[in-house]
Amino acid sequence: MAAVLESLLREEVSVAAVVRWIAGSTQGSKDNPGEAAVLSSLRPLRKEFVPFLLNFLREQSSRVLPQGPPTPAKAPGASAALPGRPGGPPRGSRGARSQLFPPTEALSTAAESPVARRGGRRRVLGPARERGGRSLEEGVSGESLPGAGSRRLRGSGSPSRPSLTLSDPPNLSNLEEFPPVGSVPPGPTGRTKPSRRINPTPVSEERSLSKPKTCFTSPPISCAPSSQPSVLDTRPWGLGLPPGCRSLQEEREMLRKERSKQLQQSPTPTYPTPELGSPLPSRTGGLTDEPADPARVSSRQRLQLVALVYSSCIAENLVPNLFLELFFVFQLLTARRMVTTKDNDFELSPGALDSLESPLFQSIHDCVFFAVQVLECHFQVLSNLDKGTLKLLAENERLLCFSPALQGRLRAAYEGSVAKVSLVMPPSAQAVSFQPETDNRANFSSDRAFHTFKKQRDVFYEVLREWEDHHEEPGWDFEKGLGSRIRAMMGQLSAACSHSHFVRLFQKQLLQMCQSPGGAGGTVLGEAPDVLSMLGADKLGRLWRLQERLVTPQSSGGPCPPPTFPGCQGFFRDFILSASSFQFNQHLMDSLSLKIQELNGLALPQHEPSDEDGESDVDWQGERRQFAVVLLSLRLLAKFLGFVAFLPYRGPEPPPTGELQDSILALRSQVPPVLDVRTLLKRGLQARRAVLTVPWLVEFLSFADHVVPLLDYYRGIFTLLLRLHRSLVLSQENEGKMCFLNKLLLLAVLGWLFQIPTVPEDLFFLEEGPSDAFEMDTVAPEHGLDSMPVVDQQLLYTCCPYIGELRKLLALWVSGSSGRSGGFVRKITPTTTTSSLGAQPPQTSQGLQAQLAQAFFHNQPPSLRRTVEFVAERIGSNCVKHIKATLVADLVRQAESLLQEQLVTQGEEGGDPAQLLEILYSRLCPHGAQALALGREFCQRKSPGAVRALLPEETPAAVLSSAENIAVGLATEKACAWLSANITALIRREVKAAVSRTLRAQGPEPAARGERRGCSRACEHHAPLPSHLISEIKDVLSLAVGPRDPDEGVSPEHLEQLVGQLGQTLQCRQFLCPPAEQHLAKCSVELASLLVADQIPILGPPAQHRLERGQARRLLHMLLSLWKEDFQGPVPLQLLLSPRNVGLLADTRPREWDLLLFLLRELVEKGLMGRMEIEACLGSLHQAQWPRDFAEELATLSNLFLAEPHLPEPQLRACELVQPNRGTVLAQS
Amino acid sequence: MILTKAQYDEIAQCLVSVPPTRQSLRKLKQRFPSQSQATLLSIFSQEYQKHIKRTHAKHHTSEAIESYYQRYLNGVVKNGAAPVLLDLANEVDYAPSLMARLILERFLQEHEETPPSKTVINSMLRDPSQIPDGVLANQVYQCIVNDCCYGPLVDCIKHAIGHEHEVLLRDMLLEKNLSFLDEDQLRAKGYDKTPDFILQVPVAVEGHIIHWIESKASFGDECSHHAYLHDQFWSYWNRFGPGLVIYWYGFIQELDCNRERGILLKACFPTNIVTLCHSVA
Repeated sequence: MAAVLESLLREEVSVAAVVRWIAGSTQGSKDNPGEAAVLSSLRPLRKEFVPFLLNFLREQSSRVLPQGPPTPAKAPGASAALPGRPGGPPRGSRGARSQLFPPTEALSTAAESPVARRGGRRRVLGPARERGGRSLEEGVSGESLPGAGSRRLRGSGSPSRPSLTLSDPPNLSNLEEFPPVGSVPPGPTGRTKPSRRINPTPVSEERSLSKPKTCFTSPPISCAPSSQPSVLDTRPWGLGLPPGCRSLQEEREMLRKERSKQLQQSPTPTYPTPELGSPLPSRTGGLTDEPADPARVSSRQRLQLVALVYSSCIAENLVPNLFLELFFVFQLLTARRMVTTKDNDFELSPGALDSLESPLFQSIHDCVFFAVQVLECHFQVLSNLDKGTLKLLAENERLLCFSPALQGRLRAAYEGSVAKVSLVMPPSAQAVSFQPETDNRANFSSDRAFHTFKKQRDVFYEVLREWEDHHEEPGWDFEKGLGSRIRAMMGQLSAACSHSHFVRLFQKQLLQMCQSPGGAGGTVLGEAPDVLSMLGADKLGRLWRLQERLVTPQSSGGPCPPPTFPGCQGFFRDFILSASSFQFNQHLMDSLSLKIQELNGLALPQHEPSDEDGESDVDWQGERRQFAVVLLSLRLLAKFLGFVAFLPYRGPEPPPTGELQDSILALRSQVPPVLDVRTLLKRGLQARRAVLTVPWLVEFLSFADHVVPLLDYYRGIFTLLLRLHRSLVLSQENEGKMCFLNKLLLLAVLGWLFQIPTVPEDLFFLEEGPSDAFEMDTVAPEHGLDSMPVVDQQLLYTCCPYIGELRKLLALWVSGSSGRSGGFVRKITPTTTTSSLGAQPPQTSQGLQAQLAQAFFHNQPPSLRRTVEFVAERIGSNCVKHIKATLVADLVRQAESLLQEQLVTQGEEGGDPAQLLEILYSRLCPHGAQALALGREFCQRKSPGAVRALLPEETPAAVLSSAENIAVGLATEKACAWLSANITALIRREVKAAVSRTLRAQGPEPAARGERRGCSRACEHHAPLPSHLISEIKDVLSLAVGPRDPDEGVSPEHLEQLVGQLGQTLQCRQFLCPPAEQHLAKCSVELASLLVADQIPILGPPAQHRLERGQARRLLHMLLSLWKEDFQGPVPLQLLLSPRNVGLLADTRPREWDLLLFLLRELVEKGLMGRMEIEACLGSLHQAQWPRDFAEELATLSNLFLAEPHLPEPQLRACELVQPNRGTVLAQS
Repeated sequence: MILTKAQYDEIAQCLVSVPPTRQSLRKLKQRFPSQSQATLLSIFSQEYQKHIKRTHAKHHTSEAIESYYQRYLNGVVKNGAAPVLLDLANEVDYAPSLMARLILERFLQEHEETPPSKTVINSMLRDPSQIPDGVLANQVYQCIVNDCCYGPLVDCIKHAIGHEHEVLLRDMLLEKNLSFLDEDQLRAKGYDKTPDFILQVPVAVEGHIIHWIESKASFGDECSHHAYLHDQFWSYWNRFGPGLVIYWYGFIQELDCNRERGILLKACFPTNIVTLCHSVA
């Protein structure tokens, strides 16, 4: 391998030839037979060149970036193949560096985790995510165990390894030699994607002495809290430590101690912002940043050549991950100082310059020079980064120093850039709103299912709220806190239909919470955005931005983070895990697959070049936003689909090998994929919609288990993706080809995917590169989505937050702080209304007319089509609602009156309800036929106006009328299709509901239901409230019944006022409800009884305490009139003659019967009670047990009443006969 | 009438072991003249109910019932006109209406062949005339009219108050021209949980979006508020988004802590309502 590089350095071959050679292209090699000869002899090694180059560069930079963040290279350990000193010792410990994963990595993570945990409320990482992150890393360590079958031989084990090796660089992993300094490495640490790209070389005996080398892929110790409940350990995402970790833990412990020592020695220093170009003070004092000087670059030519080859590889997409390489280059650019080595001084012999024997980077100057050289080649990519990164780059003094020209271009790019990326967190969760169409009783199989789901919805949100409150608290555990409640809830979902309801809720809530607002104006709930904008959404936005700054999540995943579930996604992930319900998972997968297919197939508007600029700008904003919404939704759904689909196959154990693997492969290849992603990918590529399909597919695949890439089905997908990747050469910008930022997005997500641990590392380099360009055998549409500028920086950074790591590196350089790996990286997910997602254009009819309509739209602006489809969709739907509210409502009214008739003719029973219903159906359903005519008329009437209102004024008349007609046709089609299929069922349902309402209402108290009078027109509703009156009367009753204090009583005026108020209240019906009226009626009867028995304690002179007879009579008169005129419900007048109330008279001495007699007479006279009724009551009174004298008087009374009904005066006299001593009393009456 | 937790506790402190009678209420009003009667009654009633809930079980042991019944029998034998049952209830610190129910149940068990159904007992409590024993009927009636926290009359008053405030709220909404769907309309549409009113167009109150309004004609204390949150308010939020609860008789200030989360508390109809403007700016 190195031979190639050396040939290059000796200028035997040109850079272009080398790149051609690597790319596998034979073209051009004829030009220089010498080159061809050199290279063709090396042909078998071609595939190894790029990994070799990447590892070579990493290795060379080891002295500059001693504790640098990992810049893993996906290279199968070819770094060993270096020409170097003969007989050099096996490169044991150096392996650690070449893995670019120094032990301090773990250490810094350990130290920082608590900080991260204390981060803001909306921090990206939750403890849960740490769990996920950890397990991935563990999976990796598992992978590095011996016997990782398919891996190529590498490192010292490689037979092809030349005998020459470079002398050992310092063992940077050795704690004694290089104790971790107080300063944490610049750049991201945290949960960096473990680089199992370059695995530790097989262990030989002597190497076992150098312990630290094994550290690099192991999980940070802090991430393996023993407090994890054991349940988690059985899960793929909450793994225990893999075997062999014990020694790691010990090492970690040592490192941690070392670290804390260091921390004590250097208490948190602060950093002044360095002046431009001045050396930066360093934390530990002894180590200062070296200034970089272009004049002191040691071997320009050599560096230039390597930079050129390297750049070309990047440009040709021969490296797996563009942004990873950029990250590496940025690291070189911002390297602080060279590590001086004790034992290895590279003395330069004159001849060594053009060979690889001397180190490539001999000083900081070399590094910076190299970096700037590479960056110059990639200006285009740089200029498309976000504005913040551009600013930092343009202000970088080293860049200015080494290439003023590049700096100038960057500055210009910065000034022209509008790519402000704002990673605002969404506001707090909103619930999925209740929609009667999908959520009411009619959508459930039984009342029980309906009510169960009602409860489940509430439990779900309760759990969600609790999670929101607690998930950031240290020590809180999802499973412990919520697991059992979730499982109990899932246990209630018995019916399959309930599962689908719940999954719908779950998925909607997921989309609602986990999409982020694509910048300002993002919406959460249907109507919310408008209100927000009315109320100053600007302010809200500012507030969020401020909050964003204050609570920036400090953790980041480095340039290649493992797949995670940041923020709210963690809730849904944990919910799925805790629920551990296979029914739920299956329904969820079904639902996710369906939604993915729906969104992936969404006819996204096509850009038409004919549009004028101003207009298209507006359109484009909307279209870009729509695209972003769809893309982000798809990614989210696909991520969860991948998560659930591969959940059963992921485990802590290392991937199987040998026969076991074969049998697993044989088995798994029989299993159909959960979603036919291969077909979707092919279709997407054919339709030039890769920019939509690939990003979500990557999310889906990122959760694949180790076996997946080995399956033929998925292998085919990876092959397609690799070919796509290679074809996305950024420098080629042709008309009709993919847009630059679209490519950049695809490169970023694909590069990320290729770094996922489960994707075999050799996949990228082994795959036979396409010798010819990536040609899709397509009849591609002229303007596929790929060729439209649908991606902007906001979307790019939202999808690939790890690109933000670049900015972070630069920012750290500026701040001079190499402290926390605080990040700019925040995952956001725009929100939108789900309805806008679901607004799929209706499938249009077949036939010539439909074709004509399609053709009509073809040359019209897309907004026209959208408008027409939208109008048709809405009018069609409104039409159905209108029919429901008019025709069906009329029929229901008819049904009600028919029912009344039936009830009258058939008497109280009304016959069998089912039979009744059938009669009604048979009479009413035929009327449903009118619906179609009415619907047609409605659509005809409503659609044109709507289309006219929505289209531009200037739309040509012919276009307008065609559009109107198509809208009418589509709306009619939609409405009539629905109506003809459903109208009968609808009528039946509504009639049934009405009938059961009527029959229910028929029930207990027909009188209360009777015709009720309202207030009079002039009523101002100032009458006393019924509740007040009941409670006032109750007070009087309780006073009368006692016990009472001696000074308690009622004034006669108060009594009159009370009865007067009762009249007012009964006349004003505004606040009166039937139960209150019933109680008022009862209380008034009780009051009357107390009046009759003279039992109401009256305030006044002590001797008196009794109501005057006249007053009592007046009050009774008032009550009688209320009973007669004002009560609309029944008044229980028979209570007046209940034994209890009549018995009240027994207590009075002397007994006075006149009022009772008066009352009875009036009752009959006013027609309030019949004589017979009273007679019956009196009759039953005799049966009660009374004192003898009382019984006699009672008998006399009833005889009198019965004997002389129409002669009131004699009755009173008759009373006198019974009670001769009461003459005076009678005289008063 | 928004009270701080401390103010509320002061009132609640005065209510420990106070019988639910007319007289107690009068004293309470004298003790806290600045508070409205309705608020005091509501607090009293809720505190008393909490107390009863705590002690309910001990009155329902068969020993306790037997002992109460014997005391009742002995009492009425001595003097049927005396408030035997009411005094007994006050003495053992139990609600008179509930004591009446207890004794009535026991009485019927003794005199009827089949154990009395709930419906029969409720009906007799509503109309004591139906009680076969005249003395017991009077005793029961006395308990019911003298109980200001329990019993059919009190239930009716509470129901009426709730209804009246809903009507009041509806009037206010109409007056403000805010269109809404009421509970009945929502039920007819098949909603599974129905607040008193759902606004067809949301408004903002004190910077908070309001989709629905629930009227509560009671004082919002911790206990009832938490129960309402769990059974109603959060359920409304889960379906309709943020909303407003009006506790007409006030609430404990500290409970109004879910504003940001979408539950706003007020003690009256809000004055500054921001509506969606339809005019083109």
